[in-house]
This record gives sequence, C-alpha cells and structure tokens, in this order.
Amino acid sequence: MSTDNTEPAGQDAPAAQADQPRHMWRIVAIWFILAAILDPLFYFLVGPHVPPGTMTDNASDNQFDFNILLVIAVPVLIAVWVYLGYCIVMWRSTRKGVPDPVGGPQARSHLKVQVGWIVTTTIMVLGLFLFGTVRLITGNGSGGGEGPNPIWTPTSATVLPVQVIGQQWKFTYRYPTFGGMETSQLIIPDHTTIAFHVTSLDVIHSFWAYQLSVKADANPQQDNVAYTETKETGNVTVRCSELCGIWHGAMFNYGKVVSKSDFETWAKKTEALTAANTKLLPPFAWTYVPDANNADGGYYPDNVDPYSNAEVYGATPGKPTPVNGQ
Amino acid sequence: MSFGGRVSVVLGLLVVVIGFAVWGVVGFLLPQPPTVDFTSAQTPTGAIDMTVQTVPAIGFGYQPVWVSYLVKNPQGQWIHSTVWKLPAHTRINVTIDQYDSGSPLRNQQWWRVQGTLGGQATYNGKPLSVYDSNTGNNGIGHTFTVPALNLSVPLVGVDGNATNTCGSAPCTTNFDHNTMKFSFMTPGAGTYSWQCFVPCGGGYLFGNGGPMTTLGYMGGFLDVVA
Repeated sequence: MSTDNTEPAGQDAPAAQADQPRHMWRIVAIWFILAAILDPLFYFLVGPHVPPGTMTDNASDNQFDFNILLVIAVPVLIAVWVYLGYCIVMWRSTRKGVPDPVGGPQARSHLKVQVGWIVTTTIMVLGLFLFGTVRLITGNGSGGGEGPNPIWTPTSATVLPVQVIGQQWKFTYRYPTFGGMETSQLIIPDHTTIAFHVTSLDVIHSFWAYQLSVKADANPQQDNVAYTETKETGNVTVRCSELCGIWHGAMFNYGKVVSKSDFETWAKKTEALTAANTKLLPPFAWTYVPDANNADGGYYPDNVDPYSNAEVYGATPGKPTPVNGQ
Repeated sequence: MSFGGRVSVVLGLLVVVIGFAVWGVVGFLLPQPPTVDFTSAQTPTGAIDMTVQTVPAIGFGYQPVWVSYLVKNPQGQWIHSTVWKLPAHTRINVTIDQYDSGSPLRNQQWWRVQGTLGGQATYNGKPLSVYDSNTGNNGIGHTFTVPALNLSVPLVGVDGNATNTCGSAPCTTNFDHNTMKFSFMTPGAGTYSWQCFVPCGGGYLFGNGGPMTTLGYMGGFLDVVA
C-alpha cells in the first residue's frame, strides 16, 4: 500500500465523518418503530396459529413458548434487515457524495458496539435458558418423556394411563384401566390428564403425537412416561420421529380426542369387542421382553423374567390414581 | 509422512468415495419389483379377486432362502412382487395360501383379524377372528397388514410336524398349506404400505432385516388409483 493513498484518507476521515448524519441513531430509530409495530402484530395475529395448536395444555404452553421465542427473534431479524437495507441504500456505490470506505482503527473495533453486542446476546441467551427451564418444570415435562420415574408429575388427582407400544413399524395402544385391551388407534377423552407410557418391542422409536405436543422416545424394555392434559376435541396425527428402519416413513397413524362420554362408549365397546384377543395378550406390564413368546429373532436372552413387575397403577404413594376417562 | 504416502492416502480415499458413489447409483438403478396391475381385472360384481401365497423360501434370485410373498397376476401367472395396483373404493377378495410354518408373535395384537369386511377372515374355510398362536403346532407364519387402513390378517402357519412342505416358489396346493380368505375395501387414491408383522427375517437383527426390509419380499405397497 502506498502511503500517498492512505495519508489523505486518514486526515480527511474525521472531517468527512463530521459531515455525515448520525447513521446509528437513524438505524436504531427505524428498527425500533418497525419492531414496535410488527412484534405485537405478529403476536396477536400470527401467534394463535403457531403450531402445535391448543389441543392440550402442553400444546398451548408450547405455542406460547414458540411465540415468546419468535417475539424475541423478530426484532433481531428486523435489526439485521434494517441494517442491511440501510447500508445498501445509503452507501451504494452509485450514490453521489458517498465517502470512500474508511480503514484504520474505526474499522477494526468499536468498544461500545462490542460490549453492547455481548451484553445483549448474553442476556437473551441466559434469559431464554431460564425461561425454558421454568417452562419445562411448570409444564410437567412439557410433553416430553421423563423416563420411568417422572420428576414432574401433574397436579391432577386422576389420570388416564395409556401405553404406547412401538414395533417396526406401527404403534399400538394398551389401556390398562380397560382390561388391558390393545388397539391400533389412539383414542383419548377430552379434559383429562393422560399419562402416556411409551415403550418398544424392538428398536428405538419415538412417539410424536403432534397436536398433543407429546414426544417421547420408545425404548425397548423402558417405560418412558409423558403427561398431557387434553383441552379440546379433534384429530391427532401420530408419527415415529426416530429413524427406525426401511418403513419408518410409513410408521404413522391417526387418533382422536373425543368427549368423555364418547370415549367411555368407545372404550367399553372396544373392550368387549376385543375381549377374546385381550384374554390371549400377555398380562399388562410397563415393558415387554419379546423372548417371552420366543419371538425374539435370536437377539434376546433366554430364561429371563419376561415382563417387568406389573405395577398397580396408582398404588405408589404420590402417583396419581388411574381413572377410566371420567 | 512422505509426499508419496500422502498421495497414496488421498488416492485411496478417493477410490473409496468413488466406490460408494458407484454402489449408490447402481443400487438406485437396479430394477424394483414390477407393479402388478389389477385395475382391469374386476369381476362382474365389480370386485377384484386376488390370489397370493407366502413361501418359506423363494428358491431363486440373489437371496433364494428368503421368505417371500408372491401374487398371481390377472393372467394367472405367479409374480414375485409386492407392489399391487388396485382401483379405489373397490371390494378386494383376497385368498392367501400360506406355505410357511409359524411361530409365536412378538405382539399378540397381530393374531386378531382387523379391518376386513365383516371383521372376519376364514381359515381353511372356517370363520376366524382371533388365532391363538401359543397353542398347537401352527403358530402364525406371517401377517398381511396395511397399517394405514388398520387392516391386518394373521396367516396361520403350517403344522410344524408337516412333512410335505414346499421348498421353493411358486408353491402348488399339493403341498401342505393353510388358506386364508378375507375381503376389504380399498380407500381413496394413494400409496399404502403393507408389511408382515411377524419378525420372520431370521438371522437378522430383531428378525426384521433381510426379507422384512427388502421391497418385494415381506412388504410392499398398495398403489390405489382413482
């Protein structure tokens, strides 16, 4: 670099800068106005339609959480766009009177900007961490699997236990409070706390009831418990969200949240209809070892206790009492 | 490492990458099971009659010992395919000749007949709604299950003490077998996967590899068209 070129620029820079409008304040003003308008608009107009909806308490909570995240993200997005847009408009090369780019110390660092950036992002990240943690705890696990001994249990005195059994490549459902009947379709009652007990007969699957905002891994010989409380009737899509083999993509089915009376009618009818089948099923247990039926494919140990202890649901102090959907 | 050594490593890795690429492309281009078209095979009543068989060993191809389904096309030929084209909203009358032996089920839910017309099937001419595979010598050989339709029929296995068993496909009814018959209605147009729910891929992880994960053997698609 020739000093002939850099010296005049260095000398002219302060003068040129003094002639410039206060760009930073302009950008902040534009950003503030846009964010103040768009953020509430987004929250009140788009927010109610953000997935996963409001079918359960988890779904409502998660929708709220997503909205909070998006309300925080929208101003950041606007800041980036405003800054870029402002730069493109104000310092485009075809615009007359634009000073040459300034090098030197000012281009290398700006202490206030750096501190401001670090402090702002730190506050945002730590704030979101605290927010997420609190929401996870107060939301009874927020619809996620909590393992066999849940830390966060619902406050409801009664729950409807539903066992979800993953198998390559379909989910089936057992209802221990209805004689242990097993069905191919998930039906649950409205305005009821549900305890999903998720397990697998082979590889790892993941039970994802999208509209219920429930997602829990299905591990063989593990009872993974997830809670939710239904708030609305409607259709539910259940998908496996863990790559589990060639037909993983086909491992989905549909369920319903129905009124309590409809659920009671359906459950009793199905219990009677499947009685012959239920009688032949293994006794209800929280987990199953396929070797019990010699259907092990040669990969399970022989001569083991085939089933976990069939805990009487609700017998454990502090755990909710099961109900038949009422 | 010397320059020559480094060049050798790079070339070696290049060969591996090219090898994987060629393997992937060739695998993609390999022929898939043919689609057997039943859309013009409707009987005067509007229904479609299908005849299917399950065999303990296909007897040919690159995996001759794998269990498999076969289907008889409208021209009466046995086709080794599990991709079947069917018209929408049509009654399908299915006859499955099951030549394989059976075993207990991993999930006994699959010994219940589900989703068929009337909620039943027939097993060698007798009505069947639930088959207890833990009793007798038969067990369940396979199932014909379309998860999206909640349709499932257990295929009762051939007696484990049978001596006149079929060794390779296509099997004739002279061999020991069980015949399952049932009917179902096709839904609207779409592609519906179906599979066997007995982990019959012996020698593979959880019994669900090999023929259970290869199109054309123990799973396929109902290609339902409007």
